[in-house]
Amino acid sequence: MKKTIITVVGKDAVGIIARVCTYLADNQVNVEDISQTIVQGYFNMMMIVDTGRSPRPFGEMVRDLEELGDEIGVRIRCQHEDIFTKMHRI
Amino acid sequence: MINIFEVNETNTMIEQENLDVRTITLGISLLDCCDADLDVLNRNIYDKITRLAHDLVSTGREIECEYGLPIVNTRISVTPIALVGGRACRCPEDFVTIARTLDEAARDTGVNFLGGYSALVSKGMTKADRDLIRSIPGALSSTERVCSSVNVGSTRTGINMDAVKLMGEIIRETAEATQENNSLGCAKLVVFCNAPDDNPFMAGAFHGVTEADAVINVGVSGPGVVKHALEGVRGENFEVLCETVKKTAFKVTRVGQLVAQEASERLGVPFGIVDLSLAPTPAVGDSVAEILEEMGLESAGAPGTTAALALLNDQVKKGGVMASSFVGGLSGAFIPVSEDQGMIDAVNRGALTIEKLEAMTCVCSVGLDMIAIPGTTSAATISGIIADEAAIGMVNQKTTAVRLIPVIGKDVGDTVEFGGLLGHAPVQRVNPFGCEDFVNRGGRIPAPIHSFKN
Repeated sequence: MKKTIITVVGKDAVGIIARVCTYLADNQVNVEDISQTIVQGYFNMMMIVDTGRSPRPFGEMVRDLEELGDEIGVRIRCQHEDIFTKMHRI
Repeated sequence: MINIFEVNETNTMIEQENLDVRTITLGISLLDCCDADLDVLNRNIYDKITRLAHDLVSTGREIECEYGLPIVNTRISVTPIALVGGRACRCPEDFVTIARTLDEAARDTGVNFLGGYSALVSKGMTKADRDLIRSIPGALSSTERVCSSVNVGSTRTGINMDAVKLMGEIIRETAEATQENNSLGCAKLVVFCNAPDDNPFMAGAFHGVTEADAVINVGVSGPGVVKHALEGVRGENFEVLCETVKKTAFKVTRVGQLVAQEASERLGVPFGIVDLSLAPTPAVGDSVAEILEEMGLESAGAPGTTAALALLNDQVKKGGVMASSFVGGLSGAFIPVSEDQGMIDAVNRGALTIEKLEAMTCVCSVGLDMIAIPGTTSAATISGIIADEAAIGMVNQKTTAVRLIPVIGKDVGDTVEFGGLLGHAPVQRVNPFGCEDFVNRGGRIPAPIHSFKN
């Protein structure tokens, strides 16, 4: 199964991780790794998740997360891991 | 395991530096559509294209969504129509009906361009080739998405000067036929020397006869990414400069390879090649000229430009070749004028002339591309420019091409708007001295001595 990378970038606020994780839990998405840092004063989180058991089609999940990001004032992207591994690993 | 910084680097490339996949092009062989009856031929062509390309656009969108990577164009290239239509077409008008069929198929599959309304006449012309070439003005003025190209020379065969002469006239006729649209027809017409069979970039794309029945070719693009990387090594020596371009080209090409493999798997069509070109767009920050300027030139066109472009081209190839299992097409930097804001600015400030552009084509991927010239330019002068460019390709064993737009009713100092990815261009000065007697000789320029490599 393809791993998916979720990135959340934006101004820090209370409850960002909670909101994202709640959405993922509601859609049967398992979180395998989270790293979070503040880059250039911005909240910056990357999650590696497994969407294999989610009933939600991938394209709709991408849109849901984008909308959730708009709601809480951050940018959320959801992409298959391959684009990063291909680019950065030989 | 992937880390957050690598993820951010990729996403910055996409969001801020215009990294994209320029085109997924589905090449389709139409040789099995041949028929002596024109109606049957047209039906066969329409059916085959729409059957094979039915899911092309939606697959492109899916990949775009899943990887968060913009795929700018999905396109189709077909077997040169002069080969397909030879048996059924008796006159140029018959060929125009095929152009309309292609246009319809392109529209119904949702692709923005379809290339392959082409003839390969590097050594000689058949009646079908000649009819097709004569039909180009009619075809390009009565269709929206069809692109045409003619290969008039190669290192192995020399240059077909009869075809060169004819193409000068055809470019003028096409300009006149699409006069009300700023002679836009000429933006969809390319004259080649050493045309590759697997080029995914319009307007010169066609599906060569050496290719399989259907194949997926992908063109990547990332001038903005390269420029941004170079901003980080300002003032460093050439070794550092080259390493930086090479590493960036590798990353950009890996993305192309990924998209090519995904598209090929999902469409059930074999993967052909990734074309390593740096293709600019009129968007700010997506310009090849800006890369050259970042290297230390005051303006594209200044002394040093050819060397800078040569270096860029070579490093892009060196970085890209290892990133993809099959590399092909044109693979280099594109230097179209109208599609590159940095080039437009360079022309406007008087730093870049057609002569300098010609010199740059010796080391770039293609040739004189998207250059607007005065509407009064004679057919012979256009043929002369084509002959010069073809000679550069022939002698240097590389692909060269000419896409000139004599804009009817406009002169030096005017600007022409083509819209969208085709951008806008200042009308450039053409050398006023004639070459009519040279062009009118006809016949062939023989192949150079290094064609005998056997």
